[in-house]
Amino acid sequence: MQMAVSKLLLAATSRKSCKVLLGLRVLAFSATLSAAIVMGLNKETKTFVVGNVGNTPVKATFTAKFQHTPAFVFFVVANAMVSFHNMLMIAMQLSGGKREFAGFHLLSVAILDMLNVTLISAAANAAAFISEVGKNGNKHARWDKICDRFVTYCDHGAGALITAFAGVVLMLIISAISISRLAQPYKCTSTVATPSVVP
Amino acid sequence: MVKVTQRLGGLVLRFAAFCAALGAVIAMVTSRERSSFFVLSLVAKYSDLAAFKYFVIANAIVSVYSFLVLFLPKESLLWKFVVVLDLMVTMLLTSSLSAAVAVAQVGKRGNANAGWLPICGQVPRFCDQITGALIAGLVALILYVFLLIFSIHSVVDPFLLRKS
Repeated sequence: MQMAVSKLLLAATSRKSCKVLLGLRVLAFSATLSAAIVMGLNKETKTFVVGNVGNTPVKATFTAKFQHTPAFVFFVVANAMVSFHNMLMIAMQLSGGKREFAGFHLLSVAILDMLNVTLISAAANAAAFISEVGKNGNKHARWDKICDRFVTYCDHGAGALITAFAGVVLMLIISAISISRLAQPYKCTSTVATPSVVP
Repeated sequence: MVKVTQRLGGLVLRFAAFCAALGAVIAMVTSRERSSFFVLSLVAKYSDLAAFKYFVIANAIVSVYSFLVLFLPKESLLWKFVVVLDLMVTMLLTSSLSAAVAVAQVGKRGNANAGWLPICGQVPRFCDQITGALIAGLVALILYVFLLIFSIHSVVDPFLLRKS
């Protein structure tokens, strides 16, 4: 089993730039997946004292969830889609052999990479600007900041944002490599027949 | 003959994208409205929100870039560089549009869970002009996606038609 997996990896990375591409795709997959998971599980419940009835304080419980903001919902969905795309591309690079130059293979990989770059940059930026309003408030529009009350929610959101921006940079480099592969096509699998994975 | 129509199509697309990006910048910069709310009057300008400032800056960069590329001669070797720059400009456009739409959506509907009230009821003309600017930005983005595919087709030869 281990021999078969290592032979598969060797076949898929016959050139140095193919190794680099595979490594970048693995990094981008993990970055976007962790951003989606961290923001998807982002939730904080807190109880505040909202007033006084006579002598007894009146408490109310407030929850901050990521579903309350459409920009964060878009962020989670887009990161999930981009990580799925990266997983698909990794699987294709590890498994495909003779089909590499068939038809529109290289062109469709390049176009899909470009679309995913724009998707993830849009999602990361929308979430970043909405969190900026949540962190600093906006006194012209009379929107109060929420980060002083829901500190853990904001911290988790910030972590997810940082990983998503790392994913944006990685996807941009991957897309540039895919486009340059269009200009000078080369195979990423060796000419030796790939062994089957079944041990 | 095919080359001439290709180059002409590219020029037309780029000029249209330049006009759309410039229109988005102008529409957002000139949006300003004063509303009086009992005794206090507040002025709504685009620079109150960071996302709108980013939108204006990004679209200004895009319009200047398109204007400069319009004059690039056909035989220059910089066209391969233009493909990469087109990809980065498309990313810039989509990120700025997405951020501005996210913030404008909060301004129009508010966010009941965070206690943020919508502001479009008090400054309707400002909101309409911002909507127009965002639509122009969307048109510029769609034109740039077409331009990106177009420049890849004409520069990089993705169908491997030319034998080298």
